[in-house]
Amino acid sequence: MLKRALAIITLLIIGYWLAQGLAGVPFGEDKMLVGQYYLDNVKQQTGAVNAVTAVVVNYRGFDTLGEVTVLFIASTGVGALLWRRKKERTAKTEGSIVLTTGTRLLFPFVMLFGAYIFIHGHLTPGGGFPGGATIATAFLLLYLAFITYEIPHRGFEVTEGLAGMSYVAVGLIGLAIGGYFLFDWIWQTWQFGWDNVGRLLSGGFIPIIYTIIGIKVGTELSGIIDNMLKEEVSE
Amino acid sequence: MISVYYFGAIALILIGLYAILVKKNLLKILIGLSIMETGVNLLLISIGYVSGKSAPILSEGIGPSQAVDPIPQALVLTAIVIGVATTAMALSVAILIYEKYGTLNVEEIRRLRG
Repeated sequence: MLKRALAIITLLIIGYWLAQGLAGVPFGEDKMLVGQYYLDNVKQQTGAVNAVTAVVVNYRGFDTLGEVTVLFIASTGVGALLWRRKKERTAKTEGSIVLTTGTRLLFPFVMLFGAYIFIHGHLTPGGGFPGGATIATAFLLLYLAFITYEIPHRGFEVTEGLAGMSYVAVGLIGLAIGGYFLFDWIWQTWQFGWDNVGRLLSGGFIPIIYTIIGIKVGTELSGIIDNMLKEEVSE
Repeated sequence: MISVYYFGAIALILIGLYAILVKKNLLKILIGLSIMETGVNLLLISIGYVSGKSAPILSEGIGPSQAVDPIPQALVLTAIVIGVATTAMALSVAILIYEKYGTLNVEEIRRLRG
């Protein structure tokens, strides 16, 4: 009881302090310093209509490479923590007929929707990370419906590694052509899609990088799901 | 006068912090951590909002002067992904702890270690 009271007092102090700090920050007013530059130049410099993905992939592409690395390390860490010599799925209840039939019907469409999200990253909200998460939910659906289902591990691990390497490869091609890492060579040097900004075939290397990220995130999150659902079985 | 969006974000952060400080079940602590993370993300997004302007997707009628700041949104995109990664790690540690001690109560785990 004393602990709870102490916690509430601490929370009140922290809340008052946060509210004091934020009272000086007006809501809904223009506070842009560098954001306006991005908004003004995003179409000419990157070819993307969606400024958020342009910031994530183009202006801060190196940061996103680090983010992908963090996700990769987390997925490897989950695998290392839950590693057992002999692991199997121990689920006992088969999915109901609604779940299995629905999964059979919906699986290709969920995959298609994930692919749509990451291919259209430069035009609509979304991108590689939400698209990859959507693809991982398709595999989660399979895991829920069929008790003996397992993802093809070898293929997924190879795909994951190749996707990570091709992100670096795209960056290195930029280094060779334009002089710095992750230079947008498709847009700046080739000027591909210069006259149809706002359509699918534009946006420089943003769709390519987001496809790579989508594949990588999808396989990684599916691997995390797979690791967490399996348990050790004794012979 | 503090905006209602900031107020909601602060409320979410405090609810999450309360769960972390008071709850004894490891899974509830992790849920509290996720709620806190959501509050921080909401705070960042609402700081970047400009009233009367639309999402930073330039199209017909939405020029560079009619869009909100894209940088907080890009940063929150990063933060969400990192949050998913750390939550997955923490959950797998929780699975290991449950297998080792047979409980998720943090006080009992501490007692068992001696």
